[in-house]
Amino acid sequence: MIEASSALANASEAAETSEAALEPDLVAITLRINGVTRTLAVEPRMTLAEALRGPLGLTGTKIACNRGACSACTVLLDGNPVCSCMTLAIETQEHQITTIEGLAQGETLHPVQAAFIEHDALQCGFCTPGMVMSCAALLARNPAPTAREVEAAISGHFCRCGTYPHVVAATLAAAKARKA
Amino acid sequence: MTMSDENARRETFPVGIASVGLDSVTRQVPASEPPPLPPNAELSVIGKSVPRRDGRAKVTGETRFTVDIALPGMLHGRILRSPLPHAEVRSIDLSAAARRPGVRAALAIAEPRDPSTRRLRYIGAPVAAIAAVSPAVAADALPLIRVDYQQLPFVADLSAARDPGSPRVYEAAASAPPGHPSGWPAAAGLPLSGNVRGPAIDQRGDPSSGFAAADVVVEGEYRTQVQTHCCLEPHAVVADWRDGGITLYMSTQFTAGVRQELAEEFNLPLSRVRVIVDGMGGGFGSKSSLGNYGRIAVALSRAAGFPVRIILDREEEQTDAGNRPGTWQRLRVGAKRDGTLTAIAIESYGTAGVTVGAGIGNFAQAIYPCANFRSEQSDVYINAGPGCAMRAPGNTPGAFGYEQAIDELAEKLALDPLALRERIDPSPVRREERRIGAEQIGWQRRHAPGADPGPVKRGLGMAQSLWGANVQIDCACEVRVMRDGSVEVLSSVQDIGTGITTVLAQVVAEVLGLRPEQIAVRIGDTEFPGGGPSYGSRTTASITPPARTASWQVLQTLFREAARALKASAKDLVAREGRIVVLSEPSRGMTFREAAALLRTDRISAIASRSDDYDGFRRRMGDAALAQQDLGGVQFAKVAVDTETGIVRVERVVAVQDCGRPMNPLQIESQVQGGVLMGLSYALFEERILDQHTGRMVNPNLEQYKLAGARETPAIEVVLLENYQGQSATDAYGIAEPSNIATAPAIANAVYNAIGIRLRTLPMTPSAVLTALGKVPARS
Repeated sequence: MIEASSALANASEAAETSEAALEPDLVAITLRINGVTRTLAVEPRMTLAEALRGPLGLTGTKIACNRGACSACTVLLDGNPVCSCMTLAIETQEHQITTIEGLAQGETLHPVQAAFIEHDALQCGFCTPGMVMSCAALLARNPAPTAREVEAAISGHFCRCGTYPHVVAATLAAAKARKA
Repeated sequence: MTMSDENARRETFPVGIASVGLDSVTRQVPASEPPPLPPNAELSVIGKSVPRRDGRAKVTGETRFTVDIALPGMLHGRILRSPLPHAEVRSIDLSAAARRPGVRAALAIAEPRDPSTRRLRYIGAPVAAIAAVSPAVAADALPLIRVDYQQLPFVADLSAARDPGSPRVYEAAASAPPGHPSGWPAAAGLPLSGNVRGPAIDQRGDPSSGFAAADVVVEGEYRTQVQTHCCLEPHAVVADWRDGGITLYMSTQFTAGVRQELAEEFNLPLSRVRVIVDGMGGGFGSKSSLGNYGRIAVALSRAAGFPVRIILDREEEQTDAGNRPGTWQRLRVGAKRDGTLTAIAIESYGTAGVTVGAGIGNFAQAIYPCANFRSEQSDVYINAGPGCAMRAPGNTPGAFGYEQAIDELAEKLALDPLALRERIDPSPVRREERRIGAEQIGWQRRHAPGADPGPVKRGLGMAQSLWGANVQIDCACEVRVMRDGSVEVLSSVQDIGTGITTVLAQVVAEVLGLRPEQIAVRIGDTEFPGGGPSYGSRTTASITPPARTASWQVLQTLFREAARALKASAKDLVAREGRIVVLSEPSRGMTFREAAALLRTDRISAIASRSDDYDGFRRRMGDAALAQQDLGGVQFAKVAVDTETGIVRVERVVAVQDCGRPMNPLQIESQVQGGVLMGLSYALFEERILDQHTGRMVNPNLEQYKLAGARETPAIEVVLLENYQGQSATDAYGIAEPSNIATAPAIANAVYNAIGIRLRTLPMTPSAVLTALGKVPARS
């Protein structure tokens, strides 16, 4: 079914010798991620999601649609949920970035994380990091949301496994647990 | 697999629905398998809502999905895809792309000299592929590949493709894929006429005399759309070809199957092929095989000498990674005045794009017995990406039509829809499900169709589902007890989000008298015994019996060691609460760990495989087109239809489901909610829109392809039956597909109850509702 091109061998050699010279311009940026300062060189076109998952090695943030339609890539910028796939890395230098890796306090899970486990608010788990971030952000600005408010907070998120009812239940329970 | 009499023994099993009352049955059990498992009420771990084992890793982002795998030196693959719905590649020039700095391999997939690959039959078909040092370099290099296409006439519409004068998707009959519309690989001899493959005819009895004997006949045409899987994790693979072998990391529903495909495709012994999946972000049928992107990743890795990762973007996935075929169905059902079914006739044309498998008839022939049945099903090729299995293939579109036809029949007979089903459905399980669901939804408050005054009209509807109690015999797992008392269970079976990791820990813990968190679960790797596929709702049914059997076998070995030390008979020992004790004298015993320390080798281990269902199978996948299936449920929906905007809002769904022995009710509830929501989304929103003038999908993404979200989610109440049949060491079956089948027809029947007009086409959009109400003209 598949045949290698005969041009391949020569082309690879050419690439080895000329690659460095033709590398697009890189920009050095400094990001504050989960309370830690990280400096890296990125192409201006690199999104925050790509920077997190690539050079920064923070793969907990997921890319599912890469165009702001599903919210799987949600991180917090100064506490506000944003789609990191729609945000350029170079735009985020002046902000505090929180990713799913930075939500728990050491071994102690954020109440939303603990409630997600208890209420089985996940199945395959791929939308889960983004969903957790949005629900945690909601509780930070609204400590006692209604079910409708939780639904609104996650209305940009897709979960193909259909965990929404358990996500709402878990977030309401987390709000209660924090008050108690 | 077969058991001889001298190796079997008779055992008495509980049977029936626990909430109704249990009976018993005697069955033949292989000597190597444990005694019957008592009902859940008598167990300590199985049947309990144990928290998901991988929950912590998933909420902290630690779970490693295939898209997260980065190997040293790994390259990034991209696939150049056909921009034309039907074309032949005249020439292909890879040199400019291959010379691009950072590109490490470039391959032609459509070869101008190769008649078997140069023809492209849909937009999105692979043409060439490259591997480069970064995704950005790969994306930049892809447009440098120069291809000369010869455009060919195409057809991208189901009804247009049925026209004998329409362009042929396959000019030569030999190149058109054979196969049965039901998806079974059989029936190679089906005729091909133009683009129409079929009809495949299934018949029993004498339908024409059945219709002649009918007092009432209902007849209707139904249409269902193409639905796409939209798993949250993109299709992804990392291929690492080295030392004459392949290690493949893949987001797959079947590690062992992909290994088999790789060995055949690349002519390697199985021992040189390893397939691994850790976190797996959903499949729903679309990740069942190696796929062209898997083959391409391996070929690129072999060519480049480095690992290669390919992640499909949403457009690639929506156009080339499978979909649920669209269908056109004509149904006729005849009945006597008392409701007795006298004849069923089905004609269907469906399209799975360039492939086959768009049949719908399995549902109607099996759900309510009828002596006279005939289905004529045809696949119609069009120039669109291939269909594949999707959550209850066939039965989900089939139920949309047939369960409405049954409701229509009830109305003609002046019977309540539940009363008619009481007469035609012999299943005691479905009867109990109907009783529970009707009470919970408040069925007695259901009004006459369209009787709700005011512009927003409410309605109640119901429908039933049916799915095979599928089992994979080629399914094994190993249980090990180490000398330090640690325990692990190993299998290539994969957890695609359904929770089998947790369930395996529950099964082993139950047998060994331990807590589930004490069991290490190592799965998703073909280095372990082959664990079967996660499709056809058969993971739990297939892997939990061997897990229990293997646990029981190692425990017998441990008992022998402990018995010596305790000066007791091994037969008198039991394992519970972390101890091994003499049953008659529980103070005499030792901890599980102390018993393990007695082992003379570093571990004991047992590998068990799935045996035949006790007293034999009733149904195997693929060979029982006219068999009675028996796993299912009943769903009730309450809707509000706004007759001014046409918006259908589902307010509440009650889903009463059967999956044999429920292993973990919380996880099952999650899965049933997911099945209902996917059914609701199918009913109201989802549709692949193919522009028949260009052959292009115009919504190949997640924003214009409409999915139900949190605010479209109704209250979903899940009721699980505990239904024992004494058929295996665990008596557990699947739930994924049965929970998806009844939702769309239940909503459609509820919409009819609300507005008094039947919607026979999916999705039931506001425009379709307003058209049905005569408020806007029909779409051409």
